[in-house]
Amino acid sequence: MKIRATRQDFAIDAVIYTVLALLAIITMIPLLNIMAVSLSDSAKATAGLVTIYPLGLSFKTYETIFKDQAILTAAGVSLQRVFWALLINMAIVILASYPLSKTNKAFRSRGVYMWIVIGTMLFSPAIIPLFFTVRDLDMLGTVWALVIPGAVGQFYIILMLNYFRSIPAELEESASIDGASPWRRLFQIYVPLSKPIIATIALFVVVGHWNAYYDGLIFAIRTEDYPLQTYIQQLVVNYDTTIRDLEQVKSLLAVSNRSLTAAKLVVTMIPILVIYPFMQKYFISGIMLGSVKE
Amino acid sequence: MKPYKMRNNEVIHYHFMLLPTIALLAVFSIYPTLGSVMAFKYFDPVAGIWGSPWAGLDHFKMLFQIPEFKQITINTITISLIKIILNVSCALAFALLLNEIRKKWFKKSVQTIVYLPFFLSWVIMAGIFKDFFSVDGLINGALQRLTGGEPVMFFTSQFWFMIIIYLTDVWKGFGFNAIVFLAALTSINPNLYEAAEVDGASRWNKLIHITLPSIKPTIVLILILSLQGILSGGFDQIFNLYNPLVYPVADIYDTYIYRMGFQNNQYEFATAVGLFRSAVAFLFIWVSHWLAEKYGDYRLF
Repeated sequence: MKIRATRQDFAIDAVIYTVLALLAIITMIPLLNIMAVSLSDSAKATAGLVTIYPLGLSFKTYETIFKDQAILTAAGVSLQRVFWALLINMAIVILASYPLSKTNKAFRSRGVYMWIVIGTMLFSPAIIPLFFTVRDLDMLGTVWALVIPGAVGQFYIILMLNYFRSIPAELEESASIDGASPWRRLFQIYVPLSKPIIATIALFVVVGHWNAYYDGLIFAIRTEDYPLQTYIQQLVVNYDTTIRDLEQVKSLLAVSNRSLTAAKLVVTMIPILVIYPFMQKYFISGIMLGSVKE
Repeated sequence: MKPYKMRNNEVIHYHFMLLPTIALLAVFSIYPTLGSVMAFKYFDPVAGIWGSPWAGLDHFKMLFQIPEFKQITINTITISLIKIILNVSCALAFALLLNEIRKKWFKKSVQTIVYLPFFLSWVIMAGIFKDFFSVDGLINGALQRLTGGEPVMFFTSQFWFMIIIYLTDVWKGFGFNAIVFLAALTSINPNLYEAAEVDGASRWNKLIHITLPSIKPTIVLILILSLQGILSGGFDQIFNLYNPLVYPVADIYDTYIYRMGFQNNQYEFATAVGLFRSAVAFLFIWVSHWLAEKYGDYRLF
């Protein structure tokens, strides 16, 4: 049936379109503003005149960043961590999900394993004993401290095993009759059929590790061990707890070179902005699988 | 048909596949969780967690006596509750508005833009907002041109700070949080709308009598599941935005644990706070999942 548009309908539509357009603009303004500040002349930026387009266009801040050893080191740590996390986390998710996707009858210990996976997901470890564990294993200050403790993504395992269960068991049965081992069935039947969910989880792992800063703060020994987000965190948001009065906080807020800080923020955002278009295709289905199920 | 029979030796492969997972969980999850026992000890760095002498409930007694603990409990729950209400209602409103849009390109563009902030870290967001709301930032610049008054110190005023916490949280998440509602909206049977139209229902009538009742279960489910995060309050956001001047209103369990543990080196006390928080949080998780299963037909796995 064709919906008949009345004049009133048109007015409502106009309001809805306007509100949504405004929302989109409001979402963009802080991001555009920081980009504009990063590209503005430092003096003009400090005077607080920059809105969403740069004043006195200058790329000086970006030149400074590419010569700044500290930020390059931090970016290197972040890239390493994302690489290893992707490799290790995905291997674990795939290996653990396959047996856990079996029925209780086919794999009788499944219940115990599932209980451990869910239990550790709901009850997160105390941070200070975790710190001592990592220290006792001599991992402090290495990239492994950032990758290994969180290498088991229980939530991803649940997503993955639900997906595995949606693959018809007959496929596996016939392969089994032809003599394929469980490993072969996992890697030659299940993994190739699960590309969408693997892509979704991989993107979440990359974004999660790129954005993580807290473990860097705790597990690093020297500032050279910081991943990029921790470096930025120290740069823009670190407060000395000994500061108690307003004047000191005010001066702390004012001293930094605004344009340069802004440029560092923008540089740190770039990887997310680059993979975001690819993510968009996947994350909605990924979130749906994980949150509300039939 | 003969039922599929697993060959006996296959199960051993399953155990092998799970070995790395269980080993890592044992070392980095179960063992540190057991290490929470240090909340009941006087920690001696030489003797380690297990060798230190017992303190009984001393740290917990201290916990319930100090006024800060009462304050952070109130803060955590207030902040979480307000955030849950704001986030769910804004996401719902956004989803309902977006659902009215028939022009595909417009819908897509709006979605692309509003989902983006969800994927940027709070470190980045904090950096951006600190600049945005600073004395010489965009907001103060605009205010000055409009009213010409003194710049507002957004981050040092307890009132404005909390407004910023709520606003930026909604700003970052409303688009992404709306995804679940959008999915629920697409599953409504279009025949219902057509029938209502024949009966002369206006758009408002359709919203009240068809759309909202249809997605009510989803709304209830999201609210129930939000309960489990009630002791979180959003560590990353507050930790990256706050400063000593707003501790009285903004401090939550997680930020307090960090400060006590890693800055004041009161390991046992911080662990005691953490243990208390985890125990209560676990209760909330359990209750929310029970409610979700009972009323929302939701199962974790």
